[in-house]
Amino acid sequence: MAVLVIADHDGNVVRDTTNKTVTAALALSGDVDVLVLGKNAKGVAEAAAKISGVRKVLLADGDAVGHGLAEAVEATVLPLAGGYDAVLTPANTDGKNFAPRIAAKLDTAPISDIVEVVSADTFVRPIYAGNALETVQSSDAKKVITVRPTAFAAAADGGSAPVETVTAGQAAKSAFVSEEMVKSDRPELGAAKIVVSGGRALGSAEEFQAVMDPLADKLGAAVGASRAAVDAGYAPNDYQVGQTGKVVAPQLYIAIGISGAIQHLAGMKDSKVIVAINKDADAPIFQIADYGLVADYKTAVPELMKALG
Amino acid sequence: MKVLVPVKRVIDSNVKARVKADQTGVDLANVKMSMNPFDEIAVEEAVRLKEGKEHHAAGTADEIVVVSIGVSQAQETIRTALAMGADRGVLIQSDADLEPLAVAKILKAVVDEEKPDLVLMGKQSIDGDNNAVGQMLAALLDWPQATFAGKLAIGGGKATVTREVDGGLQTVAATLPAVVTVDLRLNTPRYASLPNIMKAKKKEIAMKAVADYGVDTTPRLKVLKVSEPPKRSAGVKVADAAELVSKLKSAGVL
Repeated sequence: MAVLVIADHDGNVVRDTTNKTVTAALALSGDVDVLVLGKNAKGVAEAAAKISGVRKVLLADGDAVGHGLAEAVEATVLPLAGGYDAVLTPANTDGKNFAPRIAAKLDTAPISDIVEVVSADTFVRPIYAGNALETVQSSDAKKVITVRPTAFAAAADGGSAPVETVTAGQAAKSAFVSEEMVKSDRPELGAAKIVVSGGRALGSAEEFQAVMDPLADKLGAAVGASRAAVDAGYAPNDYQVGQTGKVVAPQLYIAIGISGAIQHLAGMKDSKVIVAINKDADAPIFQIADYGLVADYKTAVPELMKALG
Repeated sequence: MKVLVPVKRVIDSNVKARVKADQTGVDLANVKMSMNPFDEIAVEEAVRLKEGKEHHAAGTADEIVVVSIGVSQAQETIRTALAMGADRGVLIQSDADLEPLAVAKILKAVVDEEKPDLVLMGKQSIDGDNNAVGQMLAALLDWPQATFAGKLAIGGGKATVTREVDGGLQTVAATLPAVVTVDLRLNTPRYASLPNIMKAKKKEIAMKAVADYGVDTTPRLKVLKVSEPPKRSAGVKVADAAELVSKLKSAGVL
């Protein structure tokens, strides 16, 4: 069997989510090809060709695929699908957008957000915001799978696969209008190695910024927030970590003034190390924290800043 | 414009899902159920399209039909949407836990019958977390899709949608008819007022069965087991920030 991995990249660089998806693909088959969709993405294709274990790279160059329009991705992938038993892509907003569309056209049940490959037809995926893990066996001849990148190690570089050009599809009924990417020196919340999150205890938007931003900058961390803090207007919506917000799994998660509602825990409990700072010793967050500091954030955060040097 | 809003009855987002001891699924007996939070946002936006709230021109939508596929208690979920301002409901009764592909096929049959100009729905349900049905419905209909909407504008025969994507926002224009799936930031759903709850009791809910739509809903995925994720246990309390930093350094995360 052969597997097609649809690459994740920023137009210039292959994101390591692609390498991680290649690792998942190699667990299914030794014949892994990578499809790079983009505008002037030859450099990306050449970088993808260096990932160890990749058989060949297919490059589809076009405006519509460059903007990731699902209809165009579908039109690019469908003619290629005959040659593959599985199509894999990272479970980011692009992959989540186009993968189910491709699956429906292939009359196959998509398998979303896998965290483990048990065998060529059996996978583990989180449901109920990670409160349960479902092991599913697919009876479809062709599989369409999105892969949770944080669950797989990145395939290293060291290969030299050939690059071939394929036809990029179009999107007749939808069009790209504009984009507004956040320019921040901080890492993206979903991909950050360290996340510092603030809760309702911070009391105001000004205080939230004054406390969280310097700490995040010191640690090179992304800033998150509990739903309570977002609902109270202390932090913007896109900071929200939780069942209905973003699900994160960084190396280190520091929760400040967060009590630990189920809603929030669902979004961060897969973090490698969890730290909780809260003045309420009975806060539920302490039940899952590796390190708990019972203290008012007003004194604890300045001390933490000092201890970090 | 006619808007179709599919809604799902799911475990309430404030309830912790518990895995059954025999690992066959999640225990939903005596658990509080509610409308999927993302679907509530879709209903709210549809009602705003009708009322002309926010940036929408009044009467952008003239009819809102809510459809649910599920157990008979899903009538309550539809009733909630009717109390928020939807016009009528369709319940397609099923006791089976249908896969997204099957749901998309049933919804396609509903769209063929109802002929809406816009399908507005939650980006994912908080039980299966598949994030798939909207995209699959669009594919089966050969309609354009705009997923993860944080802003929606209807005009010129198009849905112009600002999408919440990794790293920022992307705006796309989808020619109607289209499927739009909604994200958290689109709006804050209203609480239905008592008079509207009373009014909703008189609104029509058509009762259907999956068999009425003649689609193949055979599962493609066999659930071998549903297990608890590895449990986290409480760790240690540290005395102060200095001890915390030294612990984190020895754990190799700083």
